[in-house]
Amino acid sequence: MHIVDRRLNPKSKSLGNRQRFIRRAKAEIREAVNEAIKTRKVSEIDGKEEIRLPSKTVREPSFSLGTATGRRDFVLPGNKTFTAGDRIPKPKSGGGSGRDGSPDGAGEDDFVFTLTREEFLDIFFEDLALPDLVKTKLKAERAPMPVRAGFMTEGPPAKLSYPRTMRNSLARRIALRRPTEKEIAELEAELATAEEAGDEAGAARLKEKITATERRRRIVPFLDPLDLRYRRFEHIPKPTTQAVMFCLMDASASMTEDLKDLAKRFFMLLYVFLSRHYAEIEVVFIRHTTRAAEVDEETFFRSTETGGTVVSSALAEMTRVLEERYPLDDWNIYAAQASDGHNFSDDMGTCLEMLGQLVPLCQYYAYVEVSDDSGFADRFSSPLWAGYGDIDEAHPNFAMRRVGAPEEIFAVFHDLFARSRAAA
Amino acid sequence: MTVATLSRPLFTGADWTFDGLQRVNEAIEEIAVGELGLDIYPTQIEVITSEQMLDAYASIGMPLLYRHWSFGKRFAHEEMLYRRGAQALAYELVINSDPCICYVMEDNSMTMQTLVLAHAAFGHNHFFKNNYLFRQWTQADAVLDYLDFAKRYVAACEERYGVDAVEMTIDAAHALMNHGVDRHPKKRRVATPEKRKARDLARRAHEEASYSDLWRTLPRPPDRAQRDPEASRESTDLGLPEENLLYFLEKTAPKLEDWQRELVRIVRHLAQYFHPQRQTKVMNEGCATFVHYEIMHRLHARGLLTDGAMMEFLHSHSSVLFQPGFDDRRYRGVNPYALGYAMMRDIKRIAEDPTEEDRTWFPDWAGSGDAMAVLRDAWADYRDESFIQQYLSPQVIRELRLFSCFDEATDSAVEVSAIHDEEGYRSVRRALARQYDVSLQDPQIEVIEANLKGNRRLVVEHKVRHGRRLEPETAQRVLEMLATLWGYRVRLRETCADTGRTIGEQDALASPVPA
Repeated sequence: MHIVDRRLNPKSKSLGNRQRFIRRAKAEIREAVNEAIKTRKVSEIDGKEEIRLPSKTVREPSFSLGTATGRRDFVLPGNKTFTAGDRIPKPKSGGGSGRDGSPDGAGEDDFVFTLTREEFLDIFFEDLALPDLVKTKLKAERAPMPVRAGFMTEGPPAKLSYPRTMRNSLARRIALRRPTEKEIAELEAELATAEEAGDEAGAARLKEKITATERRRRIVPFLDPLDLRYRRFEHIPKPTTQAVMFCLMDASASMTEDLKDLAKRFFMLLYVFLSRHYAEIEVVFIRHTTRAAEVDEETFFRSTETGGTVVSSALAEMTRVLEERYPLDDWNIYAAQASDGHNFSDDMGTCLEMLGQLVPLCQYYAYVEVSDDSGFADRFSSPLWAGYGDIDEAHPNFAMRRVGAPEEIFAVFHDLFARSRAAA
Repeated sequence: MTVATLSRPLFTGADWTFDGLQRVNEAIEEIAVGELGLDIYPTQIEVITSEQMLDAYASIGMPLLYRHWSFGKRFAHEEMLYRRGAQALAYELVINSDPCICYVMEDNSMTMQTLVLAHAAFGHNHFFKNNYLFRQWTQADAVLDYLDFAKRYVAACEERYGVDAVEMTIDAAHALMNHGVDRHPKKRRVATPEKRKARDLARRAHEEASYSDLWRTLPRPPDRAQRDPEASRESTDLGLPEENLLYFLEKTAPKLEDWQRELVRIVRHLAQYFHPQRQTKVMNEGCATFVHYEIMHRLHARGLLTDGAMMEFLHSHSSVLFQPGFDDRRYRGVNPYALGYAMMRDIKRIAEDPTEEDRTWFPDWAGSGDAMAVLRDAWADYRDESFIQQYLSPQVIRELRLFSCFDEATDSAVEVSAIHDEEGYRSVRRALARQYDVSLQDPQIEVIEANLKGNRRLVVEHKVRHGRRLEPETAQRVLEMLATLWGYRVRLRETCADTGRTIGEQDALASPVPA
């Protein structure tokens, strides 16, 4: 009998099969992902997802006998009370006796499986039309960086440091006075001359010396296990920093479900980006009509309120939260504001003034104006858009964008990503 | 039986070691080959991780297999069930190959490894090597090489003709997989031309000797040959009717490219390889379970297993054999382990210590004394259907409280037709045997007509037995796939097996081939 240890064989032999499967069910998976995005929390975007596919899309049909017609016999175990001739009424729906489903248990139920985080993000990004470089960057796991940290005496052959090992070897050879080949050659030459000269005593002495030298050469090897040095790496976690992300949204009735969904993707994308850079991220949700309040995520995206729109109220709330909980020395501040562009006209002045104070505190302030495609002209004259234009010019860390579809969202982050790309 | 000599246990504690595996294997081999008389292929034990076990699951248990999305689907599903904790992984996987490859999981305890070795490396191994179906239909020594070839070939095709085209062909072939096996040996030509000539001469001599002019005067039944000699000749040339759809397509389909034929052939070989396993689930598991139970007990009797290990073994043994009743929520059909093991154990009982009832039911071997000989014969010469028909005893029927039902689709109730009583035993046994007859469970479908000159239509016939027709929606989808391979219109005709009357017909056209 052989015993073979296969545990070190490459894993995920099935990866190719999985990719083919996902490719096959792409349309349905995307739909399921979009559904998941609606229900997920912003801070949970960065994770895996259980996907439920209608079984018909990935069905593998084969000829099978239906249960709608004909006669059949079957044997069941565990009889308790029946005797021959008893009649057992069938369950009403479903046809046939629902008990003996398909033997492999697959049945007609939905097909359920888990998308990995990477696959999930892939599909999420696809809609957002992210450039490839950004995609890879965002998908990368946050792994601690290996940093050189001196040398060690044990390690894998691949990490062997030749210069250091050879230096040790040289030092040892010198210290222990290892005879070189040249020395031996010289001795042998002397021996030859001595023998020629017929100096027998000298020759014997030289022979002895040569044997001793050769012995010494063997005892003090060229390379000793003692000399080996391996490069040592320490895994240094990236500098841990923390960030707080403010999500501001207009909650008035003019923000429809679709617009909110669009806004949500905008927040999610910012979150994924931040989670690459900061170990800890807190998310603060502030919604406003004429008054603003910090709310939980559920309320933030779900409920609508009636009333007008006073943007400055949200900015005031943000300032309050900032001062209370997030001292500027400890936190990096990011803000993302989504709105349909409406604001009371007499609020614009206050609003711009407050924003002018807030933006310099933030690492980045992104504003998206979401709208469905109707009323291009209307959007053009939207009060916020017009007002924010000045701020955009004055502050490089301010970005604004009009967005009508998910694939347009990325543009607002363009500078942000570009900056991190340049820094990297 | 030899007097059990108590010796030191083979292992204590839960952790397994390679040395331990080796020792245990030797001890088991002594019992399995020496006492139980098993005959096995050499074994190769491969230790794998749970992730690799999932991989193996996905490729239907084979160590290597070509790439296809359906395996990815299975993997995704199994993985989810496993991660959720809804389902534990098998402790082992065994492959019908020579040498017999046996996967064991690294997180098994030493007791479980012992059990796994006894079960798979000896039980299943013996069954694979000796059962007539496996001997006749599979080539254990060549299967791994063939799978390796298949994998490379499919990969090369994907490279060359595109993943989509390959996928389409394999999809279609997979859909017909259950109809890609030869259930009976093919008609063979006599080995040498001399022999054939000799036989022809003998036949002619016989005809001359027994010639009688009277036969000529008998009226002949009008046969098809006279109505349409041309069509008849064509179908004889094609070997119709042909039950092996994949074989037929591979050899005859007019539009298939050579590489597509090879793909169909690969799937057909795979189907043929697995066909014996489909037919011997109960026996195979019954055999392996019986063998491991015997071995573990004998090891314990010799003091080679600690009491603790024995308790652990019995716990997992009994959970594997659990058979919930039909009305239990956990019921998923008859558990092949439970049924198989119950029958094997009962055969042993009948051979060694029969009751009056057993003697009347099994006069040939009841009380023969040599249980292993009876079992070895059964394992070698039967498949599930015939095994149950021959060996299911009233005792087992009573134990499992089996009862058979009759279901008429139009009726609002199911009728209990027989239970575990004197009148019922035989009919329960017959019904259960039929339930395991793969050829009765699969719809019987044959190619009956293939027009290669005119409209090139292919006609397949489903012989409807007991009025059970095909599930129309899936049938249509499969038919479309069949049409894809055939390249032209395909018609499915459902005819009543008893009367020959046509009940229904449906057509499918080949979908346009992607460039």
